[in-house]
Amino acid sequence: MDWQGQKLAEQLMQIMLLVFAVVAFTAGYILGSFQTMIQIYAGGVVLTTLITVPNWPWFNRHPLQWLDPSEAEKHPKPQLQPVNSKKKSAKK
Amino acid sequence: MCAMASLSDNLNSPSPTSQIQILNINWFQKQPHGNDEVSLTMNITADLQSLFTWNTKQVFVFVAAEYETPKNSLNQVSLWDAIIPTKEHANFWIQTANKYRFVDQGSNLRGKEFNLTLHWHVMPKTGKMFADKIVMSGYRLPEEYR
Repeated sequence: MDWQGQKLAEQLMQIMLLVFAVVAFTAGYILGSFQTMIQIYAGGVVLTTLITVPNWPWFNRHPLQWLDPSEAEKHPKPQLQPVNSKKKSAKK
Repeated sequence: MCAMASLSDNLNSPSPTSQIQILNINWFQKQPHGNDEVSLTMNITADLQSLFTWNTKQVFVFVAAEYETPKNSLNQVSLWDAIIPTKEHANFWIQTANKYRFVDQGSNLRGKEFNLTLHWHVMPKTGKMFADKIVMSGYRLPEEYR
């Protein structure tokens, strides 16, 4: 996932879980069934997981622009010089 | 979501009813240690259906005898209890001897006037438990042991 995709996944998760919680509570209250509330919410958690966890294409619509390899060759990395290990003089 | 379910219990306005009849004093004696003890048979009727909500796991109900002695301003002795698992079980009557022993701290029970209180605890599936009681007065133990 790209950065935008991650943000979208987070937002989608928050909204979906909230909506399912409200729907589940309302249905449970109206029908007078605690079990119904739990089942609707559990289904909502599963659906939310299926939509927000895997790396779906809609989470990759803003891919990072990496430097093209041919361009990178024209600008070689500077070689690192080996560091001279100087012994520190002990204080007398 | 669980908090909402618990809060919704506050919307319920229960109207429970109950009556307790003492059918018989089976025996009434002073124990070897010196404490009074009485055995009685009661007819307990109650309609606790209105206590149940969609968020109720079960209702715990018990009957206590309450009276005053020189030593204690309030004595409460639990005589009987039960767990009511569903609304359908909540409209009941039972004829029973006291499940738990009615023993005094001392020998103060002769001719004693006492109340019988029916207490209930509505245990939720999630959240806050509600408890209340009905006080029934006007009961009196015999003047003499038997």
